Amino acid sequence: MQKDNISRRSFLRLIGWGSFFAATGISVAGALRFLFPRVLFEKPSAFKISVPAEFKGGPDYQVFENWKAEHSVWLVRERNRIYAVHAKCTHLGCTPNWFPDEGIFKCPCHGSQFHKNGMNFAGPAPRPLDRLNIAIDDDGNIVIDKSRVYTFKEFDKQGAYVEV
Amino acid sequence: MWRFKHSQIYKSIFRHGYEDTKENRIRQIRSNIFLHVHPAKIPEHAMKIRFTWCMGGITFFLFLVETVTGILLMFYYRPVPEYAYLDIKYLEFDVPFGVVLRNLHRWAAHLMVITIMLHMLRVFLTGSYKPPREFNWVVGVTLLVLTFLLSFTGYLLPWDQLAYWAITVGTNMVRSMPVIGHEGPFAVVDKYHDVRFMLLGGTEIGGNALLRFYVLHIMALPSAALIFIGVHFWRIRKDGGISRPL
Repeated sequence: MQKDNISRRSFLRLIGWGSFFAATGISVAGALRFLFPRVLFEKPSAFKISVPAEFKGGPDYQVFENWKAEHSVWLVRERNRIYAVHAKCTHLGCTPNWFPDEGIFKCPCHGSQFHKNGMNFAGPAPRPLDRLNIAIDDDGNIVIDKSRVYTFKEFDKQGAYVEV
Repeated sequence: MWRFKHSQIYKSIFRHGYEDTKENRIRQIRSNIFLHVHPAKIPEHAMKIRFTWCMGGITFFLFLVETVTGILLMFYYRPVPEYAYLDIKYLEFDVPFGVVLRNLHRWAAHLMVITIMLHMLRVFLTGSYKPPREFNWVVGVTLLVLTFLLSFTGYLLPWDQLAYWAITVGTNMVRSMPVIGHEGPFAVVDKYHDVRFMLLGGTEIGGNALLRFYVLHIMALPSAALIFIGVHFWRIRKDGGISRPL
């Protein structure tokens, strides 16, 4: 007669340790899941600003700071297009400042500097300031959606600017 | 006094007599929870200050200072964005001895980072990481990392500009971790499920981040440090006390 491969003792030991590790594993998984909340109380990524016509007139380049404090966004108007520049240094993510007299953005942390269209020309920043999704909604208002970011090579893509 | 020393209560706590004999000295150390991590005997030449610089001991002392001052600071500090900065100012300007405790906590933390590195330098220069102490070097490196993390998590708590941007930069680096960071190589998760989200309790730095760094700073990291300190000291004892000049 062939001998049993598994004795009762080793079978019970397997069950015992198996349930111990299963319970531990489930507890750890539960604790990890616990750290990822279902509801976030963060601001919505999209916000509405006024109609494009309001930005007409004035010099060729104009930087609007109205939305920087709340949304970290500069609205920049070129001769015939408007785009949303993300106020976040491309070096390590600090907030640069706009200096209207010199017409440049400067980051206080490591001295990165950017032209008014966001092009980097000094300091450690590796690329121009990113731009954010900008569109015109059904009511004709400009809407900026911060969840879609456009980096340097995408600046001419649909959604990175609106015409005026 | 003689009667007290021979009462059952005294004997149940101290167990051994007080005669100054070699045997009794060893017994005293063995039966005391605070002394038993000490080896029963320490060779005289291992006690040379020019050999050890006393840096490990000073680091442990600073850890104790951090624990005591930290617990006291917890009586006034609230880890909520609305209050955190004001509570630190309250500690600095209004609470009796608040400025002393806060700065003790701060300076002891700075010093601890310095002394732990000097301790490692000494251990390296004297070759004390060599067998049988290799594993204790690994435990020591873990303690070094824990010290840095304790320093860093404490840095966020005043919720000022310095703190806010340090955490911004720090958690932007975590974003690029391989596999578990959403912008790193081989990323398998989006920005709502990566390690940065777990640290911040959200996608941006806010109240959740402050609370999480606070819990890490006062509970998770000190507990881990305490366990590793225990192993570190126990290993020193098992390896025959602190290393000695060759």
